[in-house]
Amino acid sequence: MEGGTAGARARGDRREIESAVIRFAGDSGDGMQLTGTQFTQATAIARNELATFPDFPAEIRAPVGTTFGVSAYQINFGARTIKTAGDDLDVLVAMNPAALKTNLKDVKRGGLVIVDIGEFTDKNFRKVNYASNPLEDGTLDGYKSLRIDMSRLTLESVAQFGLGQKDGLRCKNMWALGLIYWMYGRDPQVTVDWLKVRFAKNQTLADANIAALKAGHAFGETAEMPAEVGQILVPAAPIRPGLYRALTGTEAVAWGLVTGAHLARLPMVFAGYPITPASALLHVLAGLKEYDVLTFQAEDEIAAACAAIGASYAGALGVTSSSGPGVALKTEAIGLAIATELPLVIVNSQRGGPSTGLPTKTEQSDLYQSVWGRNADAPLVVLAAHSPGDAFEVAIESVRIAAHYMTPVILLTDGYIANASEPWQIPDLSKLAPFPVKFRENPEGFHPFLRDERLVRNWAKPGTPGLQHRIGGIEKDYNSGNISYEPENHQKMTDVRRNRILGIAKDIPLQKVEAGNAKGRLAVVGWGSTYGPISRAVDRCRADGLDVSHIHLRHIWPLPRNLGDLLKGFDQVIVPEMNDGQLVTLLRAQYLVPAQGLNKVTGKPFKISEIESAIRDRLATRQAAE
Amino acid sequence: MNVQSPKKLLPKDYATDQDVRWCPGCGDYAILRGVQKALADMGADPANTVFVSGIGCAARFPYYVATYGFHTIHGRAPSVATGVKLANPNLTVFVVGGDGDGLSIGGNHTMHAIRRNIDINYLLFNNEIYGLTKGQYSPTSRLGTRSPSTPTGSIDPPVSALQFAMGANARFIARTIDRRQDHMPAIVARAAAHKGCSFVEIIQNCIVYNDGAFDSFAEKDVKDEQQLELVHGKPMLFGKAKNKGIRFNPKTMSLEIVTIGENGISAADIIVHDETNRMLAVMLCQLEPPNFPVPIGVIYCNPAPQPYETAVWAQIATAKEKLKGKPADLNAMLRKGATWTVAG
Repeated sequence: MEGGTAGARARGDRREIESAVIRFAGDSGDGMQLTGTQFTQATAIARNELATFPDFPAEIRAPVGTTFGVSAYQINFGARTIKTAGDDLDVLVAMNPAALKTNLKDVKRGGLVIVDIGEFTDKNFRKVNYASNPLEDGTLDGYKSLRIDMSRLTLESVAQFGLGQKDGLRCKNMWALGLIYWMYGRDPQVTVDWLKVRFAKNQTLADANIAALKAGHAFGETAEMPAEVGQILVPAAPIRPGLYRALTGTEAVAWGLVTGAHLARLPMVFAGYPITPASALLHVLAGLKEYDVLTFQAEDEIAAACAAIGASYAGALGVTSSSGPGVALKTEAIGLAIATELPLVIVNSQRGGPSTGLPTKTEQSDLYQSVWGRNADAPLVVLAAHSPGDAFEVAIESVRIAAHYMTPVILLTDGYIANASEPWQIPDLSKLAPFPVKFRENPEGFHPFLRDERLVRNWAKPGTPGLQHRIGGIEKDYNSGNISYEPENHQKMTDVRRNRILGIAKDIPLQKVEAGNAKGRLAVVGWGSTYGPISRAVDRCRADGLDVSHIHLRHIWPLPRNLGDLLKGFDQVIVPEMNDGQLVTLLRAQYLVPAQGLNKVTGKPFKISEIESAIRDRLATRQAAE
Repeated sequence: MNVQSPKKLLPKDYATDQDVRWCPGCGDYAILRGVQKALADMGADPANTVFVSGIGCAARFPYYVATYGFHTIHGRAPSVATGVKLANPNLTVFVVGGDGDGLSIGGNHTMHAIRRNIDINYLLFNNEIYGLTKGQYSPTSRLGTRSPSTPTGSIDPPVSALQFAMGANARFIARTIDRRQDHMPAIVARAAAHKGCSFVEIIQNCIVYNDGAFDSFAEKDVKDEQQLELVHGKPMLFGKAKNKGIRFNPKTMSLEIVTIGENGISAADIIVHDETNRMLAVMLCQLEPPNFPVPIGVIYCNPAPQPYETAVWAQIATAKEKLKGKPADLNAMLRKGATWTVAG
């Protein structure tokens, strides 16, 4: 089971388990994200399958020690396929009382809580409204706990480097990481190497952090641990041989866009404006100039979208990126790209809303906005990635469709996909088939809205002799491209805009079934980052003999052409979404199927158990009714 | 393909076959004529010239110029033009728009295009009114302007287009007038030749909603007295007899009108226009009727070492030096940083 410790048995002096879920939680200044990333790296090298969930506050530096300043990083790793970051925690590392208070509820009964008692002071209890010391008042009843004065031990381990108390304590995360490395038999060398690079310009800090890491590791080796805390072995998973790296959704989208642009033989102009959690895409791409990527930080979201459109008009691939509120601002410009039929890729890293909402928390509530959220009849293409690795492929597909169908494409990811990292088998890009774009060059019979059999207009870029033309947002005549206010022409152009987009369904794969049969009692239909928990929940139920299938959509609009028939082959359809019911509405409207929603908007991904129990409930209810 | 010898294009060669749809008598006709003449004078290659506009009467302009053209959305023309120029710096890019487009809904983009100094040529047609939406007051309308949305007079002070551009650190600022066909083409050509963002205010009469707003200085019979035609290196003289001039008064730290031959004023007292002098330009931008003649011509021209897009492409070129002339290897991009091999 995901996140479980089933199959625990002793081997040598290590207890062997199939998988484990660990969460590092501390103050946002405690370096928990770095700690988690390092543990992920070491775990990947140890050949475990894994998935992660970074969860951090919107505030850059919330007041120290407060619950709203808690930053956490969760990793689920195992000897078998891992699809989610795990439901319940086997181990919680809580660097202060705030971290304990906000995370303890996620620890499974009997799970291990490791705390830095150096931070468990009356002052810190008051900051989080602990009336008494949670280590002594029964709060931890039912959990195993390891209470260590990490603060003091860290300071002792770095004393020789002459750091002040404040800088010394900043090595505490490395001490904790060292201990966890010992516990799970990880080689700390990967982190030692990384620290040397990270602090290449400050030898003292590099040495101090390495010393703290080693001290934490040594503590595990030498301290007399309670019997139930001993060392654990999570054996290697059967992983396909090859070259791997850690991949976040942000990197995946960046590299996918660059790869797509190269395959299309187009230079790329990426125009963005900082917004959480989308800014990182601008950062990654800004470092890829040698790959024909021009990045432009515009004065606002609207300017970013417009600059990308201008670049596409000039013959480049215009790309812009944001999160929901920023995409809202870009909306009128997206309408212009639709009206002028120009390629444009819009990446939306979705976050909780409405308005500013929950900037750092994940949600998938911009589906309506993507498919329908524009003035007038303004169809475009919507794709959704379900994981970092998938985001790489979807980004390439976005470029292909935008460039070859002269249309805006919205690529949906979310805060979870953007930040989560997973091991990724690095593909050989020389094996990908290019899809070069052909610009119009022949002036003979040219007008800008001349279409091919797919209704796609020809793309003529400024600088081409003899193809001077004017385009704009005003309705244009079907036959000449000139301004037209004729009633029948507007009907025709509206039909063309719709049918051109719907026609793309002929050029995308048929919808496949991820797991289970193509007909049956229950289909669980998902999109985006709910892939992991749905997949795992369906697997578990199928293992118990339940007739349930998993269908996961990459193409949100146009929908795959077989989807309607596929859904009609099931007695029931449920649609788990991290929103208040958006894809479910789309499917009901499109196919008149009685699909039902399973919705959650807590800013956290679905738990497997939540989807699993929904599946079991639906099947049981139906059975009872029959 | 036939190789054609370059033939000198005439203004009419820059006209499209589209019916021009401005109101009869609109100042935009004169501007269209002036710009087409400028293009011919410059020998602009229609295939390498792009006109980008936003929304408004002025924004219909690209449909009537036989170059590449993009009629975009309200206020955003500078942003679209920025994308065009970034993607292909070899293009000559013009932005045309009105005062509402450029200084109200698009004020932010105008400001950033100017301060970023991307090499686009912004022609702002200022008629001090919203025309296309039927006559509401605009951000450049004078206090007290009566309009459908301000029936008892506008109460918010206007923005000065030139002072706005100055404040955004424009490196080319000029002004011309729709009626000055003898003046406009050269100014537009100067703007196009300037490397960096050039900002040109073109005073334009709206014959329907704000007719005569500029008569006090634009009319033929008053222009000599009411326009100060600036020429680099030439004294700032005006008036029918060219005996009036602008002098700097160090006591009041301001410009003042003087008459040569009166009160001991001689030609030596008159400021010689130096279009590279920013302090002077700041003062010139503030000269307004009725106390002063309206300055026209190139008020300020002081190019930066390189425009924005040149610097952008220079950074790309620097990054490409790492490749040592080899094509970019995407496989290398994916393999940068920590990787590990899982053995079979």
